[in-house]
Amino acid sequence: MTVDWKPLIRKALSEVAQSLLAAAWFMFLTFPIMVIKISPLDKTIEWRWIRMVFIGIGVFFLSFLWRYMLERKETGPEKGDTEPWQKRVGARIRTDRRIYVPGLVAVAVGVLVFPLLFSSYQTSIMISALMYVMLGLGLNIVVGLAGLLDLGYVAFYAVGAYFYALMNHHFGLGFWVALPLAGLLAATFGILLGFPVLRLRGDYLAIVTLGFGEIIRLILENWNEFSFGPSGIAGISRPTTFGFELSLHEHTVYLYYIMIALVLLTIVVVGRLRNSRIGRAWIALREDEIACQAMGIDKTKTKLMAFALGATWAGFVGCILAAKTTFINPASFTFMESAIILSIVVLGGMGSIVGVIVGAFVLILLPEYLRAFSEYRMLAFGAAMVLIMVFRPQGIISGLRQRYEFHVKASEEVQS
Amino acid sequence: MEYFLELFFGGLTRGSIYALIALGYTMVYGIIELINFAHGEIYMIGAFTALIVASALTLLGMNGWSLLILAGIVAMVYSAAYGFTLEKIAYKPLRKAPRLSPLISAIGMSIFLQNYVLLAQTSDFLSFPALIEEFPFMENVTIMRSSELVIFVATAVATTLLTVFIRFTRMGRAMRAVAQDKTMAMLLGVNVNRVISVTFIIGSALAAVGGVLISSHIGQINFYIGFIAGIKAFTAAVLGGIGSIPGAVLGGMVLGCTESFATGYVSSDYEDVFAFGLLVFILIFRPAGILGRTTSEKV
Repeated sequence: MTVDWKPLIRKALSEVAQSLLAAAWFMFLTFPIMVIKISPLDKTIEWRWIRMVFIGIGVFFLSFLWRYMLERKETGPEKGDTEPWQKRVGARIRTDRRIYVPGLVAVAVGVLVFPLLFSSYQTSIMISALMYVMLGLGLNIVVGLAGLLDLGYVAFYAVGAYFYALMNHHFGLGFWVALPLAGLLAATFGILLGFPVLRLRGDYLAIVTLGFGEIIRLILENWNEFSFGPSGIAGISRPTTFGFELSLHEHTVYLYYIMIALVLLTIVVVGRLRNSRIGRAWIALREDEIACQAMGIDKTKTKLMAFALGATWAGFVGCILAAKTTFINPASFTFMESAIILSIVVLGGMGSIVGVIVGAFVLILLPEYLRAFSEYRMLAFGAAMVLIMVFRPQGIISGLRQRYEFHVKASEEVQS
Repeated sequence: MEYFLELFFGGLTRGSIYALIALGYTMVYGIIELINFAHGEIYMIGAFTALIVASALTLLGMNGWSLLILAGIVAMVYSAAYGFTLEKIAYKPLRKAPRLSPLISAIGMSIFLQNYVLLAQTSDFLSFPALIEEFPFMENVTIMRSSELVIFVATAVATTLLTVFIRFTRMGRAMRAVAQDKTMAMLLGVNVNRVISVTFIIGSALAAVGGVLISSHIGQINFYIGFIAGIKAFTAAVLGGIGSIPGAVLGGMVLGCTESFATGYVSSDYEDVFAFGLLVFILIFRPAGILGRTTSEKV
């Protein structure tokens, strides 16, 4: 067998040329910002040419990888594979009792013994991750299920946190009383926001919710008499423990178990909601508003329900945040926070509960463990967000819709 | 009255900058229905490039108007190049993806670019040289500064050029066609990828103009300026009706003036509250923005 080398060589040459071009382009692009550094005091220019060389070499090789990955994504899985392996593995995990029962048990045991094996610091990071799981699941109701793009979700988080902080500060209200009330208050705010934006669609909704979030934050920042301004509120009580005295470490462990319980509750409730009448109404609303109304679904009620039920979880988590850190200030509730929560939902896979959990762990633990790279961690974080979206636009784990399939004879199914 | 006029011109200046950035948002949105969250970062990179170039040229002994123009042109070129590359990397592979995915990659890009400038340059506020010189004939005018006049005129010129470009050139017609119906435009032989690239290039260059002018007016920049400006400009674009070019300009001006008056008559702490409050208020009564057309949906 003889191989025709000519087209192969031509292809290789064109690849190299493309990479060279990319390298040259990026060297040009990063020239002023990467290379020149002006020090304003002694009026000198520092030329850092070596960086340009690094960029050129780096881009040259990365460009091959980039094009290869894009091509692979375009052409899809290899021939002969009717379904991609991820899907087959996923289906296997979901259907095979021998796999998912031990798997679940292993996860449960791992989760339960985690704080006993790791330090307070690790447990505390885990608590944050779990908080974001809850936030993600809450926002998932609004964005993933009902399809309402909410960029101001952090407002409800702030409402919950400040409710507990202020109540605790002024009236000494305990954590367990404040927790449900914070959820309730956040739900009320959800409805309050929901009313004016009912008529808006898509991206208009996005900017109004963003504005709403910013307004809440700015009020908290500037209304000193009410919220103690940018200095925030300190000395908030940790969760009460029914008479037991706990050390700081034990408090962290205690809060960890509270979080586990709450996350489980959230998963159950959100899972049940999704398959309920209202959940189906949300999905229908997301897919087509007009058809949805024609089928007799009350649009106003459904949308308000989505806002209220989504906001509730943020209220809970806000309350927990205040109890965990014992200090809150408006700086914790910026738009970036909303963006991170939204990224958890989309990156994990919209509408999928497992996806949201995975997304939260990736997005919260990644920057924590990237601390080794200290200053480069946010750079890597941004790049990771872009790359995950480019190569898996449907999210890490894409949502599964419950389908009722019409099963035909096995032989025909193979053909189709 | 003088105070009022002073605030009014201050508002117009601010509004001009919002308008210049908002034009980029609105054009991109009109064509690919994407909120380009990294657009504010492009504006910031424009300002940084201008600062670097201007400082370098000053050390080489250049000054005056030529410095402003040269730094401005370099900033525009670089911003346009960044915008072009941004689209190729973060948005083009996502054309067929679910609608929210490009939004997340835009947020990721915004974080990336901020940190890129932070690491490669500095996290401190840098003082930006006053590139705009005082006009001799403006000496006795107290209500308005020369730089404000320059910003205002530059915005007017840029908007007019853009309108002419979109209305009368071949590329402009292609842009309008793609905005109306991408598939149909493609079938009629419009090179959609090129139209999208050109849109990003023009939008980014306009943002750079805004960045250079306002930085020179205010006098300092850091890596974070793009974020808040981006959000405000997006608000302006929505306020005016997203996808509409006169809408973006009008939205920017309305927003700028509201902020300016809120700062002047109430308190600077609440200027953003007023800005967003106005947005919510207007959208309640005109859900598609001031100049946006409410399209009735065909079933």
